[in-house]
Amino acid sequence: MKAIELVGITKTFGSVHANDDVTLDVEKGEILSLLGENGSGKTTLMNMLAGIYFPDAGHIFIDGKEVLIKSPIDAFKHKIGMVHQHFKLVDLFTAADNIILGEKMPRFSIKEKSQQYKHQAANEISALDANLDEKAKKKAIAKINNKRNLKICALPFIKFVKAVAFNYLPRNRAKKLQKIADQYGFDIDLKKKIYEMSVSEKQTVEIIKVLYRGADKLILDEPTAVLTPQEIQKLFAVMRKMRESGKSIIIITHKLNEVMEISDRVAVLRKGKYIGTVKTSETSEKELTEMMVGAKVDLNIDRQLPVDPQPRLVVEGLTVRNKDGLHAIEDVSFTVNGGEILGIAGISGNGQKELLEGIAGLQHVESGNIIFYNPKENKPVTFFHNDLKQVKKKAEIGMFHYPDGTPVDLKGKSNKEITKLVNDEQILYYENEVIDLKHRTPREIQELGIKLSFVPEDRLNMGLVGNMSIVDNMMLRSYRKGKSVFVNRKRPKALADKIIDDLGVVTPSDMTPVRRLSGGNVQKVLVGREISSSPKVLMSAYPVRGLDVNSSYLIYNLLNEQKARNTAVVYVGEDLDVLIALCDRILVLCGGKVSAIVDARKVTKEQLGLLMTKMPETVERYEYAIPKDTKTETVETNTEAEVKEEESNDKQ
Amino acid sequence: MFIKLLSDAIGFSAIFLYGSTGETIIEKSGHLNLGIPGIMCFGAVGGCIGADMAYKAGMGAFGTVFFGILFAMLFAGAMGLLYGIFTISLRCNQNVTGLTITTFGAGILNFWGAIVGSIGVFAKPSLYFTTSIFGEVGNDWFSQLFLSYGPLVYLAIIIAIVVSIVFKKSRTGLSLTAVGENPAAADAAGINVIKYKYVSCVLGAAIAGIGGMCYVLDYSAGSLEYIVDQLGWLAVALVIFSLWRPGIGILGSLIFAFLYLLPDQFLPKYVSMNAATSAIIKIIPYAVTALVLIIISFFNKRETQPPTALGVPYFREDR
Repeated sequence: MKAIELVGITKTFGSVHANDDVTLDVEKGEILSLLGENGSGKTTLMNMLAGIYFPDAGHIFIDGKEVLIKSPIDAFKHKIGMVHQHFKLVDLFTAADNIILGEKMPRFSIKEKSQQYKHQAANEISALDANLDEKAKKKAIAKINNKRNLKICALPFIKFVKAVAFNYLPRNRAKKLQKIADQYGFDIDLKKKIYEMSVSEKQTVEIIKVLYRGADKLILDEPTAVLTPQEIQKLFAVMRKMRESGKSIIIITHKLNEVMEISDRVAVLRKGKYIGTVKTSETSEKELTEMMVGAKVDLNIDRQLPVDPQPRLVVEGLTVRNKDGLHAIEDVSFTVNGGEILGIAGISGNGQKELLEGIAGLQHVESGNIIFYNPKENKPVTFFHNDLKQVKKKAEIGMFHYPDGTPVDLKGKSNKEITKLVNDEQILYYENEVIDLKHRTPREIQELGIKLSFVPEDRLNMGLVGNMSIVDNMMLRSYRKGKSVFVNRKRPKALADKIIDDLGVVTPSDMTPVRRLSGGNVQKVLVGREISSSPKVLMSAYPVRGLDVNSSYLIYNLLNEQKARNTAVVYVGEDLDVLIALCDRILVLCGGKVSAIVDARKVTKEQLGLLMTKMPETVERYEYAIPKDTKTETVETNTEAEVKEEESNDKQ
Repeated sequence: MFIKLLSDAIGFSAIFLYGSTGETIIEKSGHLNLGIPGIMCFGAVGGCIGADMAYKAGMGAFGTVFFGILFAMLFAGAMGLLYGIFTISLRCNQNVTGLTITTFGAGILNFWGAIVGSIGVFAKPSLYFTTSIFGEVGNDWFSQLFLSYGPLVYLAIIIAIVVSIVFKKSRTGLSLTAVGENPAAADAAGINVIKYKYVSCVLGAAIAGIGGMCYVLDYSAGSLEYIVDQLGWLAVALVIFSLWRPGIGILGSLIFAFLYLLPDQFLPKYVSMNAATSAIIKIIPYAVTALVLIIISFFNKRETQPPTALGVPYFREDR
């Protein structure tokens, strides 16, 4: 018999068809993978099983019987439990309280019980000794009936007392539950508050909660997206155990290797439509990808050799403390070159966030230098970063030359003339500008062209404002540049439309609030905006987290385009395969320190995995073999420039 | 003299305590009801009508008090239901709805007062509310401080303690807190979020309503005065002061009442007072509330923060 059967399920949100006539079934004691691109309606479909959404059309059969699931309570009744991608836990409570939250009292029906007592009494009467005389018999019957009536009368009170007793929360409730958790083999402290927990602990709590409520049909929505490889293996072991005990599991994931590893069958959705179900043993990753995206996709990332890599961002001895005063990043040094992609690998929470935020000026830097080489060589001076005074000063120390190569001498020129020269792009830099980012504000750093697109676990937390439309989110970057007191939405709108077209953002319109888009589309908007501002350094953390294959490749191509534009790209990623295929060099973080910088073209996944978990005795630092003379030359000019900068500071 | 002030303050504190306990129940469900002052006005109107009717029907002490409380709860509860329909089902802005109800309630009290008169109109039924439930009490400090109050004062403290226990020790309290903290999580756990929200909105309003009646029939001995809504605002401030814990609210209401009565009753005997100094001292409760807000945000402990989903409407199918 089938545990779950969905027939012809349809659900629309406004004009978007989230699910269109989907038919799907799950056997008892099997693991089914639900595969599909972002926005293909997997989560929506599962939410209808969990009672979060109600289908517009279609039928749901549970254990062979048709049912209506109107609310999560109904789902619990049919023993369906869902572990949501965004955990549904109350942060303020302990794990134990979250697990017992919403638990219903065991059924106690006064009607049934009184029926039972009546039957009992009738049985007792019929079983009376037939030899008794009339009087004794009457007496015995009266006694039995009295007893029965008393019992029935007491029932409401018993129910009340039971309800009160059930409602009471004993002090040692965590201890009782701990036993259950230990039985299932979960290693977790149930007295801990949720807000103190790591992501994987939270997930464990969700799974225990679902099991505690007696679910035998489990739905896991992208459970592996935020876990480390070891944690994923642990989760899979638990899932296999549950399968052995006859539970049915539906798992939503994007990672094909996980699909192949854990599931018995795979069901594929594409754009809300059901494509088909295949046995995992009879399929391949390639076939699944084709089913998912429709057309054959090339799984290779096009990687060019870096062209003319010059240091763009030099980080020396960077140390950043986290909120608790611990060293999140300790003595980290590295160089990012223009025209390369530097990957940053590491188990999540090993300082990636602090590193990027430290560079972007969003975190206080305790010590260390961040030097930015603004690629200004032979580029015209603008008034964007310099005012007239600064231009004059810089000209005095000989930083500029005319297009024909002669040095600029501004002595005796009026301000008007100088302004005209600058605006006509007649004054050019000799060398790259050297800027220490340490004491700059985040906005100054932004305006220098150092862009951060950070995709946190909660996508809407940084970078985008959920209640604002795509157009207005574009404007967040540009509204300061306008001269009028009124905002002008023309250019942001054009940009928004361009991003929607180029990246294929699925949205009803460009005025839709961003929080109404699905996760992958939100990410496309964020990454698209950061790239559109033609950055000089692009730092991008987890840009493909939770994205499907097609959208991921779109993002990889965008990063490669930036690389070709001689941008220095920093890519923080989770998928080691992608890091190896996409990046030129990979910096490995381990416990907030650099454990190695390696050549991505030569390193293997196993080596990276080892470096992520263990600090090696000697730290390897791979740099490009830039021809010796040019390298020394750049170094010399840099020091010269620094000396000049210092001199100008002294004069000030 | 000081004992008299303290005793008065305890009697007065019941008004704040009803208001803040009711508002705490509502806020725990994630709804910021700024209509409490108006709801207390409605409670005053309802309570007076109920007590007056029961008194005129010759029901005696118990009947008068009982019908007073019942009508106060009905009138105020109806307003709570109205607030609930607007904010829970129709998902209107909670602040706007609440302020509307406050304006409405204060207006109704004034309107009704203009019809029935003001000074001493309910003096007779209010006798049952003002006399101590322990009968004649002595003049010693113990009797004055602990035994000299009418039924409503004791009821307020009992309600606050019961609510406090329910919050801390029962599944109902756990579920209610979950609804106010994270309605989506509560919903996914199988809690009927809408039901919890409605029940707490109506029940909280009903309890707050008793506070309005308490002012007219107990403290001012049956004279209608139009400061019920002012006291209502102090009750809302008290919720913050008590960190959403009715147990602390008992102490907090006493402090608020003490500070409220201090400039009128106690100080004039010792220092020369004028309208300005009296007004300044009456500011203290608000200032202390602001201070508490600063302190809790300074410590930034999760347990002392307002309910996370306070003021955010919940709709299950919202993305």
